[in-house]
Amino acid sequence: MSATGVGLAEVAGALALVAVAIGVSLWERARLEGEIAAAAARAFVQLTAVGFVIDFIFERDDLAYVFGLVAVMVGVGTLTARHRARSVPGALWPLLAALTLGAVSTLGLIVALGVFEPEPRFLVPVAGIVIGNAMTASAVALNRLGDEIRARSREIEATLALGATATEAARPLIRASLRTGLVPLIDQTKTTGLVAFPGIMVGSLLAGADPVDAVRLQLVILYALLGAVSLSALTAMALAYRNFFTSAHQLREAREEAGRQQLP
Amino acid sequence: MPFELRDVRARRGGRIVLDGLSARLPDGASCVAGPSGAGKSTLLRLLNRLVDPDAGAVHYLGADVRERDVLELRREVCLVPQLPALRDGTVGDNVALGPRLAGREADVERALGLAGLDPDFAPRDAGRLSVGEQQRVMLARALALEPRVLLLDEPTSALDPAAREAVERTLLDLRARPGLSYVLVTHDADQGRRLADTVLRLQDGRLAAEASAP
Repeated sequence: MSATGVGLAEVAGALALVAVAIGVSLWERARLEGEIAAAAARAFVQLTAVGFVIDFIFERDDLAYVFGLVAVMVGVGTLTARHRARSVPGALWPLLAALTLGAVSTLGLIVALGVFEPEPRFLVPVAGIVIGNAMTASAVALNRLGDEIRARSREIEATLALGATATEAARPLIRASLRTGLVPLIDQTKTTGLVAFPGIMVGSLLAGADPVDAVRLQLVILYALLGAVSLSALTAMALAYRNFFTSAHQLREAREEAGRQQLP
Repeated sequence: MPFELRDVRARRGGRIVLDGLSARLPDGASCVAGPSGAGKSTLLRLLNRLVDPDAGAVHYLGADVRERDVLELRREVCLVPQLPALRDGTVGDNVALGPRLAGREADVERALGLAGLDPDFAPRDAGRLSVGEQQRVMLARALALEPRVLLLDEPTSALDPAAREAVERTLLDLRARPGLSYVLVTHDADQGRRLADTVLRLQDGRLAAEASAP
């Protein structure tokens, strides 16, 4: 039995609920049984592996290992976000810069402000949650930007035609896309505790923490997330939008659609 | 001679739409006429560098357009697209946009007047205008920059006959103004003859005929 009271037997017991999900799929002929089983197996293997890695890093208590792990998380997060933001040309480097900046600035700030000690047991989980959220928000914002630029290519070209720079022509779209990327986290922050208990708080309570301590910890994480996610989404877009334009402030690819206009 | 196209080849969507086109567009009112897909819109976009040719060169006032400051070029050679594409906000915000981007004061009332619109339009929501009114606001937005040349891409194709006639009257008024030239693109050869001194006919990406309108 571990400190949380959850051993392998308890994990195996929870598989009954995976069986329920498979049963629902079979009942509705949704053909998701294979995917559910694979997802459950992957979660087990990945989390177990990560558990050993984190255990190793905690035992060494050396910040160099933390930086290594953060670099891997940023790398995987970048590739995942790149895959999701397929509509944006050349999104890899902007996303890498965005996630790196989000992770480094957040970790640096919470250590500098004395919120957490610079120890692996604080930095690793915070990095994980920050990078995960920054990845999702950056990918959503970039994808929206790509869709907006294609859908509003006539408006962009009409603005360029007045002597606007690419930045000036894209600014209203960047603003709208930033909102799309950030609104889910803002809503989550607004409704936290009312609609759902956030993960860190749940984890702390389950691990036996005092509820007031668990709430304070959760607040620190939520506030850190707001900063990191905003910074990452803005950085990704600020670096990626230029890929839609040439250096002569011409709209790439979508300009062809602009020439082939449909009458209303 | 404001514009000269020298052996221009340009593609759109992977297809060659202008193929070895050489043409001159003089001062005053010019028209490029031709069927859909003849390369008219692409030709117009080459003139203020919204696109660049794959081969050949476009000259404006004796110099290759690529040698000029592209933003200055677009403020001097101003394009009005085929369909209205106004920004969110009032008519006044839209008309003032070009001068504001250039760091200049805008005379909104004057620009609206030149486009045949009453000054009362300035505070109205641009999204609530008819297509014909929006197209005139697009014209006013370009005129607010006090351009030397207007590029008009099928400016009446989305309009009903009454709105088309009104825009044509406005263009005839503009034609009479010294110091302002325009290049009009249309599939309607009769409209070209009504509104322009010179009519170029494009066919399959090449010049089919050049004529001076009566």
